[in-house]
Amino acid sequence: MSTIMTHSLYLTGRSLRILRREPVYLAFTLIQPMVWLLLFSQLFQRVTDIPGFGDVSYITYLTPGVIVMNAIMTANWAGTSFIDDMNRGVMDRNLTSPLSRGALVNGILAYQTVVTVAQSLIIFGVGLLMGARYDGGLAGVLVVLAAATLLAIFFAALSCAMALLVRSQESLIGMSMFLALPLTFLSSVLMAPQLVPDWVDTVASFNPVDWAATASREALHGDTDWSVVAGQTALLVGVAVVMGWLASRAFRAYQRSA
Amino acid sequence: MPTFDKSHTAPPPTGSGAAIQAVELTKTYGKGDAAVRALDGVTFSVPAGTVFGLLGPNGAGKSTTTKILTTLAAADSGTATVAGHDVAREGAAVRCAIGYVPQKPCFDPTATGRENLTLQGRIHGLPAHEIRQRSDALLTRFGLTEAADRVSKTWSGGMQRKLDVALALIHRPQVLFLDEPTTGLDPEARAEMWAEISGLTATEGLTVLLTTHYMEEADNLADQLVIVDRGRVVASGSPEQLKGTLDGDTIEVQLADPTARDRARAAVGSADGVRQVSVDDATLLARVGDGAATLPRVLAALDSDGIGLTSVTVARPSLDDVYLRHAGRSFRAAERAAGSATDRPEFAEAAR
Repeated sequence: MSTIMTHSLYLTGRSLRILRREPVYLAFTLIQPMVWLLLFSQLFQRVTDIPGFGDVSYITYLTPGVIVMNAIMTANWAGTSFIDDMNRGVMDRNLTSPLSRGALVNGILAYQTVVTVAQSLIIFGVGLLMGARYDGGLAGVLVVLAAATLLAIFFAALSCAMALLVRSQESLIGMSMFLALPLTFLSSVLMAPQLVPDWVDTVASFNPVDWAATASREALHGDTDWSVVAGQTALLVGVAVVMGWLASRAFRAYQRSA
Repeated sequence: MPTFDKSHTAPPPTGSGAAIQAVELTKTYGKGDAAVRALDGVTFSVPAGTVFGLLGPNGAGKSTTTKILTTLAAADSGTATVAGHDVAREGAAVRCAIGYVPQKPCFDPTATGRENLTLQGRIHGLPAHEIRQRSDALLTRFGLTEAADRVSKTWSGGMQRKLDVALALIHRPQVLFLDEPTTGLDPEARAEMWAEISGLTATEGLTVLLTTHYMEEADNLADQLVIVDRGRVVASGSPEQLKGTLDGDTIEVQLADPTARDRARAAVGSADGVRQVSVDDATLLARVGDGAATLPRVLAALDSDGIGLTSVTVARPSLDDVYLRHAGRSFRAAERAAGSATDRPEFAEAAR
């Protein structure tokens, strides 16, 4: 195994150790998606009556959306571990060790993957209890996990890059929140694309959140058009890789002013 | 498989015998009117196997120099080699050969002492059995064995700082950088840390570069040192050599009324045997040839002008005096000047 991969694994292990010591954190992060599931499924219960919405219950429509939304919200915090490391001397020590910048970013992204998969499986379970049906079966569930993870990687890498540039917890969270909600509402997470204004649909087609939501619902609803799933997933892979690379480049900006 | 770095088995670089060589380093933060010249041509050379002090007030350029030598930052111009490797062109080789203890704590508080050491050893590609041996040896050396398996956030400040140093030593570096290693420690922990640092070159064969703004620390630990002020090296040599260049003593007078300082300066300056006078708030420092002989004349001069004082001491030369002589201002005044410039973020960063 190459050095960068081994180093990435050591750093992922470090993050998972923190999670293992304080598992309450995982439970805490799950409160929000549970509230959304409950709230939105009640609030928008009748939208399925609108002609053209499609022949599914709203909880079935909503569950993959909440998984996607949760992936973004959790990933938005990823950069805070960089800021903690910067506020302590850990970042400087790491940057003066044989660790590569790529490994530092990979460690965070791999950890984010583990957390996203664990959270998504729990949301799947709660959705099922609330009456959601996953006709796509195991293949569908796996696609949702992949799409949510790719989206989480994209937002986690963005969060890491911003952390290196702004270097303050408050600015980072402020900017993340500023992005997360509009991107969620300008997508098909909550509302069927055929029922939103054209301009929203157009914007959504450039929105990674919508790519993940679309691929997820398509894979879950049974009569799956795999070309749609493949197309949206390929786009997600592309932006996740590019953003991961940009995050490792952002160290230059950090070091230039260090 | 991890690639094992060869630095801990390779012999130290020979040739010049210098473990660190810095030549005409310059660095400016910011642009235009906001530009701050952090380094203005810093040159020095550190012989292998010695403790070398980089002494100066906050904002003098110590941290910036350390950042360039540890590859954290790039110099605008000038060159530097560490353990025989060019910091600009061979950064990866430098990073394998050095240990760095930043000014801020750098251990992972959620991990135990041993877990911290294990991760650092793995990062340096050490095999598992060597990590175990080396961790045990370092924990014993720093008196941390009993606490080793407790989460390190529960440790005392002095123990945590020792863990920071142990982390930087796990891979047997050739050069150890200690950035303000005792800032924030209580006097007892500071004394313990001094004892540890002075033992390092003897038992580990290390070269240590120590930055500090404590005069006593440099005086106690450094074999050689440079005094930096406003981005320049203003004096260099061993503490004894530097103090030896000052022939004479210092009389320090605490004035009862700080507003009388200008009159006091004039009065003392006119006294026979006084070579130089400086005042800083209520403290007046007079450099004199022979302290015991000059003291009565200084007191008489103050008395005849009706200037009250609260205390007076005569001291043999200290590094404070060396600083005063070469930087043209007292160390405390320089610290305050640096403090007032910290509204510029880059400068605050450099002066941290």
